[in-house]
Amino acid sequence: MSIVAIIVAALIVGCVGIILGFFLGISGEKFKVEVDPREEAVLDVLPGNNCGGCGYAGCSGLAAAIVKGEAPVGQCPVGGDPVAAKVGEIMGVAAEAGVKKVAFVKCAGTCEKANRDYDYMGIEDCAAMAFVPNGGPKSCNYGCLGYGTCVKACPFDSIHIIDGIAKVDEKTCKACGKCVEACPKHLIELVPYEAMHLVQCSSKDKGKDVMSACSVGCIACHLCEKNCPSDAIHVTDNIAYIDQTKCTGCGICAEKCPKKIIL
Amino acid sequence: MSTLASLLLIAVGSAIVNNVVLSQFLGICPFLGVSKNTKTAAGMGGAVIFVITISSLITGIIYKFVLANQFLLNRGIDLTYLKTIVFILVIAALVQFVEMFLKKQIPSLYQSLGVYLPLITTNCAVLGVALNCVTYEYNLLEGVVYGFATAVGFFIAIVLMAGLRERIEYNDVPKTFKGTAIVLITACLMSIAFMGFSGMI
Repeated sequence: MSIVAIIVAALIVGCVGIILGFFLGISGEKFKVEVDPREEAVLDVLPGNNCGGCGYAGCSGLAAAIVKGEAPVGQCPVGGDPVAAKVGEIMGVAAEAGVKKVAFVKCAGTCEKANRDYDYMGIEDCAAMAFVPNGGPKSCNYGCLGYGTCVKACPFDSIHIIDGIAKVDEKTCKACGKCVEACPKHLIELVPYEAMHLVQCSSKDKGKDVMSACSVGCIACHLCEKNCPSDAIHVTDNIAYIDQTKCTGCGICAEKCPKKIIL
Repeated sequence: MSTLASLLLIAVGSAIVNNVVLSQFLGICPFLGVSKNTKTAAGMGGAVIFVITISSLITGIIYKFVLANQFLLNRGIDLTYLKTIVFILVIAALVQFVEMFLKKQIPSLYQSLGVYLPLITTNCAVLGVALNCVTYEYNLLEGVVYGFATAVGFFIAIVLMAGLRERIEYNDVPKTFKGTAIVLITACLMSIAFMGFSGMI
């Protein structure tokens, strides 16, 4: 290839680029449309991949929807919390994903405290308990079975079977909710990391049955409900439940509980 | 063969037989990304028809009069190897311009397809059509018809896909196949179905 050909090629591509650049610059000024400045500000903080993961046609679509109030500020799945916080700043709305949560197992029936009807030597899996007599060896039909289905589900290795029941390591728990989904007894709940008082039982049995099955079960005595000054505890279906949004952390319930199951 | 008949052949061939998505595997990104519901899919398809038709005309002109002009060819300078980079430049600028123009002049059309325009800026289907026009040695008119028909093929594919995906939402898909996996399998089956057209022309 001659040197002339190279120069001509470079010139032509360069000229095409420059002409197009000028053309776009001029038409950009000429066809300027006033838009909501917030929309452009939101578009700037969004990742700009136009991946469509939010369900809108690209980042500009999401930015427009956020400004119109049709989409929440944390809609972008790629940006996550940091982007949600920035978008929230522009829109003057606090990002919702502010509270750190952890998984919590609502059972305290360890090997010594909960009674067993028989010894089980089969498959180590909680889901298999649906096929063994009485729903598992534990006398209580609501408690943690302790065969580690949640342990297998946890991607962060932060839930373990200790002394026959599942325990969450609050430091490493990311509140992904995999264990909540996996537990066949629906014992695990995501609670605020700061939650001070939680009921460590899920038994819906009557007080007498609970007493015979486990020494740390909620007997639905209503003492906590009666003594709570902020109306945060209610006993429904023979089990106390604390509304974390109302709980002030005074600790009266934990003191009054005869079974000492309120943490 | 008359001109009209050959144009018709190009149109049917590129819209259905050699469908841009399902047998040439171009433009897969918007095909998978924007096919969640029929309405947005149709919007995307409309925008693609619009852009490809215009870009095949403009790139045809650029190729004929800038890159492959007789003046340079007579002097032994062949610039046709620059077609890919020049076409990318031209298409990207064109899409930007069309977007600005529509936003100002025809806001209603911009509302219906404008948001999809940036997504097609460097869509491989658009570039693929421009390059294929050169490869198949189409003249300007044939190139535009080819571009339009290819885009119609894309429209057909993405709208069909969106319809299927809306139905899949209600199906009990195994957990491992949920999301993109089942969409890819569906696209695969659609592609096999479209192979039934091969040999038609």
